[in-house]
Amino acid sequence: MRQVLLFIIIGITGATFIGRLFYLQIYSTGDQNLYDDNAIRKVYDYPKRGFVYDRNGNLLVDNQPSYDVMFIPREVKPLDTLDFCKLLKITKEDFIKIYNKAYHYSPRLPSVFIPQLTKEDYAALQEKMRKFEGFYIQKRSLRHYQTTIGANVLGDIGEVNNAIIEKNPYYNMGDLIGKQGIEISYEEVLRGVKGIKFIQKDRFNRDLGPYKNGIYDTLPKQGKDITITIDAKLQEYGELLMQHKRGGIVAIDPSSGEILAMVTAPSYNPNLLVGRDRSKNFTKLYNDTIAKPLFDRGLKAQYPPGSPFKVLNALIGLQEKVVTTEDKFSCRMGYYLGSRRLTGCHSHSSPLSMNDGIAQSCNAYFANVYRRIIDKYDKADEGMDVWSNHVKSFGLGNYLGYDLKIGNKGNIPDGAFYDKWYGENRWSSTYNISNSIGQGEVEATPIQLANMIAAIANRGYYYTPHIIKSIEGEAIDENFTTPKYTTIDKENFEPVIHGMFDVYNKGTASTLQVPGIEICGKTGTAENFIKIDGVTTQLTDHSIFVAFAPKDNPKIAIAVFVENGYWGSRFAGKIASLLIEKYIKGAITRTDLEDWILRYSLDHEYEKPYSGEPFGINRNSTLEVVDDIEYNRLKEQLKHLSS
Amino acid sequence: MVEAQKYFKFDWITIFLFFLLVGFGWLNILSASHTGETIDYLDFSQRYGKQLIFIFLTIGLIIILLAIESKFYERFSSIIYIISMLSLVGLFIFGKNVNGATSWYGIGGMTFQPSEFAKAATALAVAKYISDLNTDIKRIKDQITVVTIIAIPAILVLLQKDAGSTLVYGCFIFILYREGLSPAYLLITLSLIILALFSLKFGVLATSITLSLIVLTHHFIRKRKPLIIQPISIIIGSILLSYGVKYFYDNILPFHQKDRITIWLSLEKDPEKLERMKKTIAYNLNESERAISSGGLTGKGFLEGTRTTGKFVPEQDTDYIFSTVGEEWGFIGSTMVVILFVLLLMRILHLAELQKSQFSRIYGYSVAGIIFMHFLINIGMVMGLIPTIGIPLPLFSYGGSGLWGFTILLFIFIKLDSDRINQW
Repeated sequence: MRQVLLFIIIGITGATFIGRLFYLQIYSTGDQNLYDDNAIRKVYDYPKRGFVYDRNGNLLVDNQPSYDVMFIPREVKPLDTLDFCKLLKITKEDFIKIYNKAYHYSPRLPSVFIPQLTKEDYAALQEKMRKFEGFYIQKRSLRHYQTTIGANVLGDIGEVNNAIIEKNPYYNMGDLIGKQGIEISYEEVLRGVKGIKFIQKDRFNRDLGPYKNGIYDTLPKQGKDITITIDAKLQEYGELLMQHKRGGIVAIDPSSGEILAMVTAPSYNPNLLVGRDRSKNFTKLYNDTIAKPLFDRGLKAQYPPGSPFKVLNALIGLQEKVVTTEDKFSCRMGYYLGSRRLTGCHSHSSPLSMNDGIAQSCNAYFANVYRRIIDKYDKADEGMDVWSNHVKSFGLGNYLGYDLKIGNKGNIPDGAFYDKWYGENRWSSTYNISNSIGQGEVEATPIQLANMIAAIANRGYYYTPHIIKSIEGEAIDENFTTPKYTTIDKENFEPVIHGMFDVYNKGTASTLQVPGIEICGKTGTAENFIKIDGVTTQLTDHSIFVAFAPKDNPKIAIAVFVENGYWGSRFAGKIASLLIEKYIKGAITRTDLEDWILRYSLDHEYEKPYSGEPFGINRNSTLEVVDDIEYNRLKEQLKHLSS
Repeated sequence: MVEAQKYFKFDWITIFLFFLLVGFGWLNILSASHTGETIDYLDFSQRYGKQLIFIFLTIGLIIILLAIESKFYERFSSIIYIISMLSLVGLFIFGKNVNGATSWYGIGGMTFQPSEFAKAATALAVAKYISDLNTDIKRIKDQITVVTIIAIPAILVLLQKDAGSTLVYGCFIFILYREGLSPAYLLITLSLIILALFSLKFGVLATSITLSLIVLTHHFIRKRKPLIIQPISIIIGSILLSYGVKYFYDNILPFHQKDRITIWLSLEKDPEKLERMKKTIAYNLNESERAISSGGLTGKGFLEGTRTTGKFVPEQDTDYIFSTVGEEWGFIGSTMVVILFVLLLMRILHLAELQKSQFSRIYGYSVAGIIFMHFLINIGMVMGLIPTIGIPLPLFSYGGSGLWGFTILLFIFIKLDSDRINQW
């Protein structure tokens, strides 16, 4: 024992050390990755973010340099603070506050002194920069919008948040990322790939030079330019027409599914969300919970579609062969079941066939058609499912799959929906007769309605609406170039389209005719309610209009939705007609409509629920005009637009 | 010819291992101390350049050590010891303070650390005393004398705030045991260490209860029971000792040493405080562990360690040299170093057992013991197995005194061993 004890202890020690080494170096994988190594500084080289062009090649978004004034507290030498502060437009107190805060953070590391100087401030400062030791300028690239429109489409970029950094290792603190609109949809295309330089540093965080002479460094890959389907002129015109109104417009080219215009009102100038004031302005927009300028009504607002939905019931009726174009239904100012009126109607001649039923938007006609569809089958839920499938084949009741990140599913009920509500087969078509006229449980967003009209215009198919036209050197998603067919046969569309044509010819939109263009449309009026102090109160109806033109070889399908605009042809119809004319002809002949739209405002209508006073709606509501100064401003904008 | 052969009868395996470790050590000093992009090996303003000179001078030193008659070391051991002790005492008057320890003489631009040589001197003195025919290690009186020989340098270096070197002298307990000391001393020492650690980790109360249970159980299952007073007094003594350790730790131990033990035993549970400790008191250990860990299986390669190049581990070319090995040479390289040390130690022990003269055997054992303590404490500390104690890694760490101290220590033994070979 005496001879071997130390031998044993040495052996055990050696084995223990090797065990510990195994634990440290093999078992617990330390930061062996270059990216996680805190001895290596990663310096990123940011590529140019891709530009955005409209469908006609007009530049909409490019980049602008911005200048951050940086400093390293320890290296700051005594300076003429008065002069310095004057250049930066800050007070001496600000100076001391910023300096102390940064010094507290780290005296050795660079901190931002003033972020995002304007070009002018930068120019003034740059001349004297050498006098201020310890300060330097860091250039950054920000978005620059060549236009004041399309904020909801163009979106914006901002600093990544921690949740994204954790999920996606590409992003680092302070990186910019798309936050809204196409900037988020096409983030990876636009941003490119940043380059990286590895710098060896010491424990005081000082740079020692490139790590391994830069063999692992990469160059940045430029972001790609994209062309979007928006027609900037049409978009701008739409936004102008929507001034002093709230609502959404979506215009689609039915032959390709390209979104020509996507207006939401009220909107904002996209340049507000650039630079130093971004967060201040964003907060202001975000906090406007009444007008909701950040809420894209074209994509997200979900309303009962109202009368435009009737044309679908006509199509389904023909497809299911429960009605012919000649069948006439009588209307006694509404649809009656026995002596109970299920739905009202307005005055028109009676009885009506399909063509006039559509043109006059007769509620009773479609109540009859709807009942025949559902009652064709033995069980109501079976009939409901058939109806629901037809409707859904038009892209309603679910996300459309377009390339913008926001939206709503809308709602198209099926048999199971009512089985759950009333109990299995304890209901019939009369329980949900409102679906026949686009009220009740049916809900849709403006883009869904525009797409539905595009499918009708194409006589039975549609392309998924999309905002991307082309990406530099890349094909766009195949999904956008493949037609999606509806469940309705082609021949069934003609009579319905003719009915829609007659809406303009002699029906509810006869005052909106545009010379030289055969427009097919459908008016809509939707009741709506709001809760004021817990009391459900009805507001003036929403004005809805859908249309496509020309009747043959359609070029544009459009859905217009104006909140509290009352009947369909009053606001929405006029706007739709003007946009169609603008897009097809490039000039406006119906300047009377244009004047009317610019002149009349709905601002007073939107103030009503918040006034605290009792107010009248619909018939008991009056129209108001904007004052002359505002009117002239709008006219000026219009002139600028057409030049 | 016969004459010439005689001169070269040394244990070449030990010499080979010695140079292997010194050479590899120098590569790591180069890595840990170079600053610029280009390396000028003969730049003597750099530490790697200086160490190269030390290594070359070592060869001269070795020749001298091997040329001296073996008998000289035995005869003059007392004088060498006394001179060495005087040089330690002299530090109190002429010493130069480096990094808080007054253990250096400054002569011109050179510094010189006498404690590195005192170890060899003490080993000689201990060997000489025990091997004396009149000495019987089982006698209390002789035990006291030996302990005094060992305690003088141990206490002197402790007073110079070099606690690490003091611990090294603890290795003599193995040598004394080898030469006949009762195993009870080893057992008691071990028990006391366990008792102290247990008290710190689990508190005095838990220690007392556990201890009482063990002692009483042992007492009652014994066939020939001594008086009950014996276990009772053991228990009372231990509890007092346990309390004393706790008191010492809480009230007397300097803060930085207390914190080192706190970190080692994971006594701090507050994550915020722990995080702060990692940046202050445990910074060195934390960075060292991270550097070793980042080496992985094969390491980042010679001169490629990012943490070494960035000087993230302070003192990396001296006490923390092993973290350079860990980062740049990985698991394979570090394991090699551990194995080389184990081989060297076992070779020395093996040779010591072969010695015919008791003096040579004791001295050989002392050499192994001293190198082993350095090896244990240094590598254990760098990997966080034992609390931070400043002590160099033999033959590896930068420093002339250290290198020469170990060279003298080892080559005196090689010279003594050559006598054994030549007596054949």
